[in-house]
Amino acid sequence: MNSPVKVHSFHGGIHPPENKRQSTGAPISAAPVPSRIVLPLQQHIGLPADPVVNIGDRVLKGQLVAEAIGRISANIHASTSGTVVAIEPHAVPHMSGMPSDCMIIEADGLDEWVEHQGLEDYTSLPKPELIEYIRQSGIAGMGGAGFPTDVKLHLGDDHIVNTLIINAAECEPYITADDMLMRERADQILGGIEIIAHLLKPLHIMVGIEDNKPQAIRALHEALDDSSLNIDIVIIPTKYPSGGEKQLIKLLTGVEVPSGKIPADVGIVCQNIGTTTAIYRAVTYGEPLISRIVTITGDAAGHQQNLEVRLGTLFKDLLDHTEAERDQLYRLVVGGPMMGITVDNEEIPVIKTTNCLIAGTSIEMPPQPPAQACIRCGMCEQVCPAELLPQQLYWFAKGREFDKASHHNLFDCIECGACSYVCPSNIPLVQYYRFAKGEIRKEQEEQRKADHARLRFEARQDRLEREKIEKEERRKARAEEAAKAQAARKDAALTKTAAPAAEKASGVPDLKQLKSNAAIARTKLKKAEKALTNAQEKGLDGIDALQATVEQLQQKCDAAQKAYDDAQKAPAAPAKPAVDIKQLKTNAAVARTKLKKAEKQLLAAEESGSADVDSLKAQVAELQQKSATAEAAFKAAESGTTVPTAAAPAIDTTELEADIKAMQAKVDKAEAAWKAAVESESPAADKMAAGVDKLKGKLKDLQDELAKAKVSAAPAAPAAPAVDTSELEADIQAMQSKVEKAEAAWKKAVKSESPAAGKMAEGVEKLKGKLKDLQDELANVKASTAPAAPAVDTTELEADIQAMQGKVEKAEAAWKKAVESESPAADKMAAGVEKLKGKLKELQDELSQAKGATQPAAEPASEPTPEPLDMKALKQQVSIMRTKLKKAEKQRTESEGSDPALDAEIEQLKQRHDEAKAALDAAEAELIAAAAKEGIDLKQLKIDAALARAEVTKAERALSKVEDASDKSELEAALVAAKTQADQLSATLERFTE
Amino acid sequence: MALIRITSPHAHKPGSTGNVMLTVLMATLPGLAAMTFFFGWGTLIQVIWGSLLAVGLEALIIRLRNRPVRFYLQDYSAVVTAVLLGLALPPFAPWWVMAVGILVAIGVAKHMYGGMGSNPFNPAMVAYALLLVSFPVQMTSWTAPFVLTGEGWAVLGLADTFGAIFGNVSPTMIDAYTMATPLDAMKHRGGFTTEEMWIQSQMLSEGIGAWHAVSAAYVMGGVFLMYKKIFTWHTPVAMLGALAVISTLFFLIMPDQYPDPFFHLTAGATMLGAFFIATDPVSSATSNKGKLWFGAGIGLLIFIIRSWGNYPDAIAFAVLLMNLCAPFIDQYTQPRTYGHSKANRGLKGE
Repeated sequence: MNSPVKVHSFHGGIHPPENKRQSTGAPISAAPVPSRIVLPLQQHIGLPADPVVNIGDRVLKGQLVAEAIGRISANIHASTSGTVVAIEPHAVPHMSGMPSDCMIIEADGLDEWVEHQGLEDYTSLPKPELIEYIRQSGIAGMGGAGFPTDVKLHLGDDHIVNTLIINAAECEPYITADDMLMRERADQILGGIEIIAHLLKPLHIMVGIEDNKPQAIRALHEALDDSSLNIDIVIIPTKYPSGGEKQLIKLLTGVEVPSGKIPADVGIVCQNIGTTTAIYRAVTYGEPLISRIVTITGDAAGHQQNLEVRLGTLFKDLLDHTEAERDQLYRLVVGGPMMGITVDNEEIPVIKTTNCLIAGTSIEMPPQPPAQACIRCGMCEQVCPAELLPQQLYWFAKGREFDKASHHNLFDCIECGACSYVCPSNIPLVQYYRFAKGEIRKEQEEQRKADHARLRFEARQDRLEREKIEKEERRKARAEEAAKAQAARKDAALTKTAAPAAEKASGVPDLKQLKSNAAIARTKLKKAEKALTNAQEKGLDGIDALQATVEQLQQKCDAAQKAYDDAQKAPAAPAKPAVDIKQLKTNAAVARTKLKKAEKQLLAAEESGSADVDSLKAQVAELQQKSATAEAAFKAAESGTTVPTAAAPAIDTTELEADIKAMQAKVDKAEAAWKAAVESESPAADKMAAGVDKLKGKLKDLQDELAKAKVSAAPAAPAAPAVDTSELEADIQAMQSKVEKAEAAWKKAVKSESPAAGKMAEGVEKLKGKLKDLQDELANVKASTAPAAPAVDTTELEADIQAMQGKVEKAEAAWKKAVESESPAADKMAAGVEKLKGKLKELQDELSQAKGATQPAAEPASEPTPEPLDMKALKQQVSIMRTKLKKAEKQRTESEGSDPALDAEIEQLKQRHDEAKAALDAAEAELIAAAAKEGIDLKQLKIDAALARAEVTKAERALSKVEDASDKSELEAALVAAKTQADQLSATLERFTE
Repeated sequence: MALIRITSPHAHKPGSTGNVMLTVLMATLPGLAAMTFFFGWGTLIQVIWGSLLAVGLEALIIRLRNRPVRFYLQDYSAVVTAVLLGLALPPFAPWWVMAVGILVAIGVAKHMYGGMGSNPFNPAMVAYALLLVSFPVQMTSWTAPFVLTGEGWAVLGLADTFGAIFGNVSPTMIDAYTMATPLDAMKHRGGFTTEEMWIQSQMLSEGIGAWHAVSAAYVMGGVFLMYKKIFTWHTPVAMLGALAVISTLFFLIMPDQYPDPFFHLTAGATMLGAFFIATDPVSSATSNKGKLWFGAGIGLLIFIIRSWGNYPDAIAFAVLLMNLCAPFIDQYTQPRTYGHSKANRGLKGE
């Protein structure tokens, strides 16, 4: 039988005795209904299913008894009718030999089906629904690891699948389950392939089958004659492990799956032949996966044959059915002799991946002779299908030189056992590799934990240091302000009459002063930065301190620059009221302070019964009045000057940009945390994803606002359109890198079969959408600014076009190469080239537009809206986080024994809480900064407000106590004054905190 | 019956290290037969004598190292070492030469480094090199092949040979039967050109046929081992190829000074070295690519030492020098693993 597909070859491989004949003599027959069914809740990697029936419930055959949790998980159905008698740990077929939770069903012998119904026309169903339908049927890969099939069927969503490979190689000795299935149910197999092909839409379908199954090949060909499917049945030479996914891909396509990638990354999806039948039965008849073909073989197995076995049937029942010779039984292997596992008792159930049961005698599978010394004969190297150096890996594993082992690609070992098979010294090589892998994983985990702890510690140290510095700065600023106020008051007294002239005169030198300040600050900053890089390079001590200094200087420098910029931008703005406000404010503050002092004195005097009380009281009243007038004057002045501030939209945008940056930092942090969570498969990942989305939404809002502000500011500042686009371009670049990062993370997740992959895919899509938005915006801005600076724009565009052309050429070259090497990725690449070409076209169009555009952009300016700082939301978030954290901690203390998952969750919650807190703090800091710009110390204001409130209550209390009328009236006056003040202060405070 | 629990794989190809070594021993038989045929009983006696000593010493050392004697003797590695040394020694070498050789090979070169599988140098070659530098007279007194003795096949009777080796026959009698090897003759040819030497020397003009035959016997054994997949073609092909290429080069430039490549390949122990010494897996490079470098290095060193060194033959020194390089070669000749675009180099990082 000649197939048009060229069969490639893979390195190494062995030819162990096949031992397949024994079990192909009889057709597949049904195993009897056992009296007891044991269904393990976890039958593969991922999460165990969650029982949905209770002990004592009667269940029917095919009824859902445990539900998949998360992405990598599969439903479990009862395989016969009966009563659930227990859900408890039971021995399962697992390498570790550890028991795991199982549902035990006492069969009633009726074998009564639950009502079930296939799909009449699956092609009419939307693909996601069809995949969900298959997922509901609990189908998992029936060849090897039992990976839930629906996950693989989703691969078509985000990968271009051009090759579907059906694995019918069945290269392990002894096993004939797939062989017999093909011989007897070829039509069902093709039906299943049809459904998979409908979902994945591959360009090419291949069935890889070893040449030692001529009858199966014939059956498939016959069935194929009646089918409309275009399938290549590729006959490959019998060699172990040609059925390994990577090896089969190499055989059929010549492509190697890159290390650490999944086949879908090179456009290939593999499915086991048994899985295709399961899919067919589920879709056509509505039967969930409740039975499978199991080869019962081995010299001690009695009647060696293939049985259709209900999942959950105990090995004991099967061996009883085939009349196994128990006295001969020496080794019971589940799976093939090369990669199967041994079990030490027969009370273990058949699960979805159980394809073979070998009841071996001691002659057939003698104990391994003691290992001799490795003579480095290299036979292992000659047979290794992964092209490793097995004996080098052995020496490294034995010597615990794990870094060397990793470097020799230990993790590319597929543990096929070919090296152990040929080793003349009988060294259990695979066990050494398993050991080394385990040790390395353990080391990595520990390293990760240590790194995490270190990062947390360093972050804390930084924070403490920063807080200290900030505190110091604030103190200094206050002192300076006080000194200035003092001086200003003196000045005001001196130049009261000639104020406008003096203002004008002082405006110019101020600007100069500011400029030189800024320059000095910059120089200082540069020096400090140099020192820092120097220190970093040389690894000197005190880097942290230097960094802090640099940060501090940076802030100062920024502040100086900003002050200078502000002063420069608004030289024509009425400077006088601004100064007046400050003065007035200081006056008010001074008055307040005096008043407070006086009040305190008064209180002290009252308490000590001093004679001066009355005079003091008078003084206080006077001061109160003064304070009130000063406050009123300040207020009036302030309200009068709010209008001119609106004339500085430029400042607004810089503020906005700063906000955006902060928000972006937050988003990045949140994303990092979320990625970490995904990698560690934390259950909190989903929640975190939602958080990230929220933050991203906020970021988007801010960006939109910025865009708006910029658009409105554009006519006001027509000289700076180029800057705008460059900023936008930078944003786009940042976004692009984000998209790329997100895609990489998502691919990783897919590869590691993380349950969060789907979510991540959504995230990537979203990010892409954002990127698109930004790009559109850029285009808009460019279009609107084009007439203002056409020359610049066109050169930019031209440069872009050139770059794009370069990209197109590169992509084309790569694509041609791919075509030449017949890579399956070629189609994908062609699409990419097309896309790039489209982009190039767009750019060219744009260029011609820009060149031809003449109409001026004259959009009227709209009022720039101040940014809404969502303090409430942030606060809420912090408190939510805190509550969650508390809850989790409580749970931990209640659960006592250490639960690593819980610990991890707490860790994450803590982190998130810290982050939320940091966000809140940042927002508050921003508020403070905003307030400071208006000359108000928010903290001080808060304290003042609180004090004022306290004053009011005090006054009220005092009032209720006194009897004397005159005193009373005085007190009433004081109370009224205090109340006004308190109200005023809280009004001001509200203005800044809401 | 209690079921056993062990991890996969559960199938194993029958055979053991002992089988590998026995196959190697079997492959030395044609060479041993040819040596005996052309040079008399000496080689056979050396091989048997060496094997007895080696097994005895190995057993003693294993016992001293508190390891199961029978288990370790079953790998026959000591016998292989002794046989290879026996084939390399001059047939009439006195008994104590072999004794010293075995003591060095098994005691020093093998067990002092940790025994089977842990020795960085080929034990037989360590012993040979030591004997060559210590006892140059005994180590260079080769028996003349029977075609030159003029007495028919029986070069020297079994009993006489026995006596010669174990010391109760006068050395003068042995002298009558000893002669320089072709390599010796070529090395110490005085002012003659190679062409004159071919005519001049009886050994080269007539006796060389015996050496050709012995080399052919070794090739037979080597091909058998390759067929049995005991080793791959890489080392011998690279070694012979490198030797052939470089000797051809010099022969073409200065045919008067340098013998032809065929002479290099078939005289002396070249074939024994290519198929039985350089292919010793324990002390050679690991990967296929590494074996190519390893073999080529030996080939080049053989030519260099033969042409410009002090010793007529150079297998032992060339092999030992390349044994030194094997760990380094291993690091830089890792194969490209499936799914990787390029092979790793070094032990870590780039």
